[in-house]
Amino acid sequence: MSVAVRIPTVFRKYTSGESQVQVDPGTIGDLIGQLDHRFPGFKGQVLTDDGSLHRFINVYLNDEDIRYIERLDTRATEGDTVALLPSVAGG
Amino acid sequence: MKYKSILDAIGQTPLVSVPSLSPADNVRIWVKLEGQNPTGSVKDRVALALIEAGEASGELTRDRIVLEPTSGNTGVSLAMVCSIRGYRFTAVMPDNASAERVSMLRAFGAEIVYSEGAKGTNGSVALAQEMARDEKYHMPFQYGNDANVTAHYNGTGREILEDLPEVRVFVAGLGTGGTLTGVGRRLKEHDPSIKVIAAEPQLGELVYGLRSLEDGYVPPIFDPDILDGKVMVRARESIAWTRELLTKEGIFAGISAGAVIWVAQRTAERLSSQGGGDVVCLLADAGWKYISTEAWTQDIDTAEEKVEAVLWW
Repeated sequence: MSVAVRIPTVFRKYTSGESQVQVDPGTIGDLIGQLDHRFPGFKGQVLTDDGSLHRFINVYLNDEDIRYIERLDTRATEGDTVALLPSVAGG
Repeated sequence: MKYKSILDAIGQTPLVSVPSLSPADNVRIWVKLEGQNPTGSVKDRVALALIEAGEASGELTRDRIVLEPTSGNTGVSLAMVCSIRGYRFTAVMPDNASAERVSMLRAFGAEIVYSEGAKGTNGSVALAQEMARDEKYHMPFQYGNDANVTAHYNGTGREILEDLPEVRVFVAGLGTGGTLTGVGRRLKEHDPSIKVIAAEPQLGELVYGLRSLEDGYVPPIFDPDILDGKVMVRARESIAWTRELLTKEGIFAGISAGAVIWVAQRTAERLSSQGGGDVVCLLADAGWKYISTEAWTQDIDTAEEKVEAVLWW
């Protein structure tokens, strides 16, 4: 068992086109590190230079925005789904 | 009730209990029916506030055309307010907005400029900003105009507290962030322990497909710190719960309403374990503008496909 990370179209050029990637459980920060190890350059797309989450990117753990959980310290455990999506407006 | 103008009939919407949709006996879910506004959505409140702010500041004059990017509801509301106040109105909207919204805009005499559907509302924002460089346009800009927030602070939020001062949780959809920021501020001033939760759509891959990170957009009026949680909802769940609203409680609401109800239920389960209480859901519009998606009449797979093909948020 592992954690599934859903990759939006805009980042798939960094994941060889893969739309879903399996990683080991850990904090969201750890997961982004694992993805960057496999797909060099990935981290720089999601995090700003000071290591915080890019403001136009939302990360969801089982559909809940991690900004309102423990941000990058939010823990994903086996069987969880993590999704990365660009922010959108409505109205 | 008697009103001097349709504009005076905006707001004071019903707050209705929906007991069959609560997952726990100690949690009561209430829905605020914004579809009861004159053009059928919460945006009537915002449109009136935007036009009055433009008039008050002197920026909106008779010779200027009101211009606004919108996925539909704000456009219809602005078209109504502008027709009464005597302004021309141009809406910039994605070319995949639902057919009913386009027909309503035309009925109110609005001009429509289409932006690329695949770029969603973000694409309309960019195009309208470019057009607004021309001085003949006055762009109220709901995403960056405090009047949007104030309309909800003085109106929607005040009404909720008058009807239900014991409210524990407020749930609404995140579009411009105006509702969540305005109502959220009002509620938290009343009682800082009230939780404010956003429902956010997971739009189809089509909508995200052509985006680059630079196309991402966070509306300037949205205060992310007002939220205590944000939950992503798929079209499928939204349709399913919009149907439940109709079949179990007789409420014919728009598709985003289902998303809000679904998030309210997740939240209610937690609230139940913490002693229970009252949850208020803001249902932004009624179902009329979504009839062409057949969200109520098709099997769920077909309905999902049809809803995802239009901009439903």
